[in-house]
Parts: sequence; C-alpha cells; structure tokens
Amino acid sequence: MKNKSYDMPIYMDYSATTPVDPRVAEKMIPYITEDFGNPASRSHPYGWTAEKAVEDARKEVALLVNADPREIIWTSGATESNNLAIKGASNFYSKKGKHIITLATEHKAVIDAVRECERIGYEATYMEPEPNGLLDIEKFKSTIRPDTVLVSVMLVNNEIGVIQDITTIGNICRKNNIIFHVDAAQATGKVKIDLALLPVDLMSFSAHKTYGPKGVGALYVRRKPRIRIEPQMHGGGHERGMRSGTLATHQIVGMGEAFKIAREEMDEENNRIKNLQAKLLKGLTEIDETYVNGDIDKRVPHNLNISFNYVEGESLIMAIKGIAVSSGSACTSASLEPSYVLRALGRSDELAHSSIRFSIGRFTTESDVEFTIALLKEKIDKLRDLSPLWEMFQDGVDLEKVEWAEH
Amino acid sequence: MIYFDNNATTALHPDVLKAMLPFLTSQQGNPASNHTFGRKAHTAIEEAREKVAVSVNAHASQVIFTSSGTESNNTIINGIAKAYPDSHFGFSAIEHPCVSEPIKSLASQGFKVSEIPVDSNGIFNVSDISDKMKQSLTFLSVMMANNETGVIQNIQEIADWARENKIQFHTDAVQALGKIKVDFEALDIDAMTISSHKIYGPQGIAALILNKKIDLFPYMQGGGQEKGLRSGTENIAAIIGFGKACERSNQNRVVFKENINFLRSTLEKSLVNLGAVIFCEKSHRLSNTTFFSFKNVDGSTLLTALDRKGFAIASGSACSSNSTEPSHVLLSMGIDLDLAQGALRVSLGVESTKNEINDFIDTLKDEVNRLKQLTAVAA
Repeated sequence: MKNKSYDMPIYMDYSATTPVDPRVAEKMIPYITEDFGNPASRSHPYGWTAEKAVEDARKEVALLVNADPREIIWTSGATESNNLAIKGASNFYSKKGKHIITLATEHKAVIDAVRECERIGYEATYMEPEPNGLLDIEKFKSTIRPDTVLVSVMLVNNEIGVIQDITTIGNICRKNNIIFHVDAAQATGKVKIDLALLPVDLMSFSAHKTYGPKGVGALYVRRKPRIRIEPQMHGGGHERGMRSGTLATHQIVGMGEAFKIAREEMDEENNRIKNLQAKLLKGLTEIDETYVNGDIDKRVPHNLNISFNYVEGESLIMAIKGIAVSSGSACTSASLEPSYVLRALGRSDELAHSSIRFSIGRFTTESDVEFTIALLKEKIDKLRDLSPLWEMFQDGVDLEKVEWAEH
Repeated sequence: MIYFDNNATTALHPDVLKAMLPFLTSQQGNPASNHTFGRKAHTAIEEAREKVAVSVNAHASQVIFTSSGTESNNTIINGIAKAYPDSHFGFSAIEHPCVSEPIKSLASQGFKVSEIPVDSNGIFNVSDISDKMKQSLTFLSVMMANNETGVIQNIQEIADWARENKIQFHTDAVQALGKIKVDFEALDIDAMTISSHKIYGPQGIAALILNKKIDLFPYMQGGGQEKGLRSGTENIAAIIGFGKACERSNQNRVVFKENINFLRSTLEKSLVNLGAVIFCEKSHRLSNTTFFSFKNVDGSTLLTALDRKGFAIASGSACSSNSTEPSHVLLSMGIDLDLAQGALRVSLGVESTKNEINDFIDTLKDEVNRLKQLTAVAA
C-alpha cells in the first residue's frame, strides 16, 4: 500500500476493502467540487453534467461485465444490491412458489436477506458445500423443488476465494424456470464476467472491493428475458423506479473509473498477483501442519485462507500485528465466533479458529509477501514452543482420543 | 452560471472536502476489520457520529447512518410496519415522495394509510384531525420544512400532540437542518431524518435519528453494522464529510437568518412588482426559499430562458422535475392548476450574494416582460 507509515501494518486484507486507486480519487474530486449538481435536476447544466457523469459511469460498469447499461441499477453497496435482488425478485415472482436455495457459505448480506424472506413465509435451503468449498451440482439438482423461485450463489467467496460454476448452476435454473442471483462483489476485476453468455438474472457488485469508494454498488437486472423486481425503497422514482434516492454522483463516477481500470488492467494484474500467491503459498505451507481452506485451483489469485494447526487463534492474531489480515470475514470478525464458512467446509472449531485469510491486491509487493512468510514462520514457531498440544502431537499422541478432564 | 437550486443539492464546502480527502486516498480500511486500518476507520466514524449528534442535539447512539434521506425515510416506515403489524400510518399531503410513496405502498399490504391535508397556507394543523382519526392513528410523519414552499411546520406542537395521543412521530428534517434550529431532544420525538448533501456535505450519506424506545425492524440485512439496523460497509469518506458539514451547520444558520433572509426579501419585492404570486408568502418559511408563479407567463419557458441567461433554478423538487406534473404540494393547498403548473423555485445558499440577486432580478424583469409581450402577440 502507498503511504506506509511506521505504525501501520502491511495491508493483506484486500477482500475486506481495497484502497481507492489514486486515479479513481482524482476522477471523483471534480464531482464533489465544481460539478456538484443533483443528477435529477433537469432544468440546468449542473444537473445535466451530473447526469452525464452518472451515465458514463453506468456504461463503464456495464462494459466490465458485458451488459447493457440499462441493466445496471445504482445502489449504496453490495449489501443493498443483495437485499434488493433477493427480496425484490422473490416477492415479485412469489406466485411461482416460496422456496429459496442458497449456500451456507454466502456472505451475511445474502444469508440474512434470505432469513428475512423466511420470516415472512418463504422456505429456504442453505446448502452445505463440499469440503473444497464448491457446490456439488448433483446435490444442487436434487434440492430444487417445483416451488423453488430463487437461487442465490456467489461467484467468488469472500473468505476462501473459491469460484463457483455459475454457468452450470445458471443453466439448471433456466431449465427449471428459477430466478438466479449471483453475488459478484468479490469477483469484479478478478475473474472475467460476461453477462451476454452467463445464464444469470441478477448480479450484485460493489465498488470498494475493486479499488473504488465505499458507499456505492450496483445491481444488474437482466432485460432479455426481462427480470422484474419489486422495489425495496420508494420515493422520487430514480433508477426507473427500482431504487429511489438522490444518486451520489462522485461515488458513482468513482465506481465507473474503478471498473474501467479493472477492465483495462485485469489480465496483467492477475498474472502478477498469481505469482505473489504462489510465492505466499509455497512459503506458508513450508510450515508444518498447515491446511489450505477451499479449492486451490478453482480460486482467485488474490486469496489464500490457511489454518495453522496447534496454534491458538487469538494469540496468533495478536502475534502478527505487523500485517493486517482477517480471521473471518470483516463484517463478522468483531465477534470471536469461528468462521461459519470454514465450519460449513467441515473444519473443526479449533482449525477454523486458527485460520487466517491473506488477501492481496494491486499494491501488494514481493517484499510484503516475503515479510509475511518470515513473520508467520517466526511467530508460529514461538507459539508452538509454548503449546502443550504441539508437544503431545510431536510425541505421537492422537489428540482426538485424549479424554480431557472437566474443569 | 449562478446556482439558485440549493434545495436540490448544495456545493460541497471546501472544509468538508479537506476533511474527506484523506479517507478517499490513503487512509483506507474496512471499519469492521479487526486490525489497525479497521480500527482507525472505526474511530473516525464514531467522531463523525458525535458531530452529527451534536448538530441536532441528539445522543451519538441515536444516529444511524444510511445512504440517503430516501433510505432513512424508508427505513423508519418499513421498519415500523414490520415491527408493529397493526400500524395505521398518517402523513401530511405535502410530504416528499420518499415519505409518501413508502407509506402508500404499505396500503397494498393491508395497512391502514391516511393522507392528511394541509391548509391553504401550507400548514399542517393538528386541530383539523378528526377524533376518529386521532384514535386510530399509530404513526405520523410530518416534515419540518417543505422542500418546495419552504414552509416551516409548528413541529413542536405536532410532536406534543402526537405524544399525548400515543402516536409514533417522525419528521423529515432534511431541508430544515442547517437553516433553522433542529433539536431532537427538545422535540422529544421517535425519529427524524437528516441528509448531508443539503447542508454542503457529500451526496450518498444521511442519517436516521432514532429514539431507542422504538423497536425498529431493519430495512437491510447483512453484516449487522449500525447496531444491526443498517447493514453494509460504512461509507467512511462520506460519513466524515457529513460530520464536518454538521459541525459547520450552526454557523450557516446565522448566515441564513441574517444575510440570506435579506436577499430573499429583496427578490420577493421585485417578484411582486412584476406581478408574481408568491406561494405561502405569509407563512413562516425557510429564509432561502421562494416558490412563485406568474399568471400570464409559461413557467417552463421562463425556466429555460433563465437557464440560457446563466441562472440555475428549479420547477418544484428535483426528483420529480423531469415530469411535467404540477407540484403536489401546491395542489394540496388548493392552488389553481394553471398557476401550479408554472411554479418556479429559487433556493439560495449560504454563498449567495447581493450581486447575484440583483443580476437575477434584472434578467428576470427582461425575460418576464419579453414573454408577456410574446403571449400578448399570440393572443
């Protein structure tokens, strides 16, 4: 990251949020200073300039995912996009049925929106993925019911970085006349998305995971065949009635520029990050008793999630203050609950607790990676030296069979 | 170009931009992350929350950040509907669509919904509410100051009345903040909406001020930010900007009360001399807003003419100005359709000057006279 100062750790948490690319910030600033108009003002150039900027940005977002600009609806972020897609579509198509299928490893914004649907009378199935984090297609097929109205599966997982087979899942949904929503917040700029080919009806995007500003996102709503959603926010009728509220021009401009950069630089950037990932993986798996969480091949190069056995999770986090990483997803890392995503993969509580998500990106350097490997090696050695469990393991004691005395 | 459309949106104040810039460029972190970056972001947000709270005399714990005034209003209305399924919703006939539309949409879900009229001066009178209505209503939303006419409601009286009658009360104070005193504690109400981009802060950020005795059901589900009431990664740069804008709102109030009030009087004298009707002229109004119409001049033609001469004004509220429908605010006051159709709004800002007003008046005279002649010729 730029502007590294003495007290700031090395940033290895790009899946939580990314720094705004300086080119994005530069593009945004005129729209908070001289060109500050309300894009809905139709009677003067302040409004027209803002409206043009909003429409240019809409084109850029559409271009990255090969969609029609008219299919892009601005929101305040992926959480709102997910809520709007899930509640909006399941409500609109509720005549078909009231059953929703999603994955147990989805982001909270999807899981909790589906829970809210359950509260108002829908039924939901939260499918467990395979131990590698991927959805088993046959199991998915057998979960579908005649009254299944909506399926929501994320493209790239925020914690373990695995890429789901959206094409196959989408084709099955099409065949069964089911609306298919995809949370792509973690995917833009990391994997190619072609909505002209993908059988996806609704797709959520976020700016701040792709070097854009926080507070803005988008929802793709397919036009052919036309997908309808019931608006969740009512008011001035902005965004063709699907999402009211004054548009935040500078933020939208920022998202447009961020997605433009992603489109232009994705291939080159991903090659570089892939090399960094390989280096990080090699270095960290030199440590004994480490387990990579999630499929290693069907995975974005930006993510490595590793469990370090025989190390206590909290002490590990405290010991590696020199790097900024996450032990679950950011939204829930304030709690000390083990990651529900890792538990859904079948990891024990102990392994889930001692897992670290390393997420790298545009400003990560070779030396950042080298520092991280050296730091982890040193601290894990130290922690294991203090650990009676590690000693028992090395003496060949099968810890699964030990009967612990009650306190 | 001279900007007289400050009720639609305002220009960011340079101090606000300065406060925001570090958060747009170097100091990034997800406030929910449990590392130094995240904690710094979290601390900055809490400082901004305190500033927002102070500006409306609320407690920081009562401030919920949202993405817009529209979202704040939808949050309180839908949140009440879900938490209190027997609700009967009332709203004044002059509410912004982001209050009236969510309430109207509840009618299709089986809720009781009542639109309550205002008088010919644009004033909402609790004495006009029937006993039957009073006994049935459970929720009432009346805006503090109207975006089109600028009329300021006697909100304390309405709040007291609602409390006495055990009616939950919400006020949309988006247009009021920074122009008149807004005191959440003194009002002693359940909820209030404020927004950043009407007070020289950035777009894309607003707040719902919520009294904790309300058991609100969240509008969006997810990571559980904002005490579970508004999930979604915090829009940190905008929150910092909103905090700074709120901090400056007191000094703006003085400018509005003195300088801007004077400028508006100058403008309105000329308007009256030219034969304009000024809506709600005798009512207590925001000192920056003039809503007027000429009987013999087509409003949209005048609007375009003024735009060509370099003046940005509006015809009613921004979010509905792409439609040619007459102002629902004026119609609800019983104004003639013809007059309402031609209504134009000038909304001044803290930076508006005497020279700008004088230029505007000169141009307006020329254009109105020219258009009147054209109309006379055509007739």
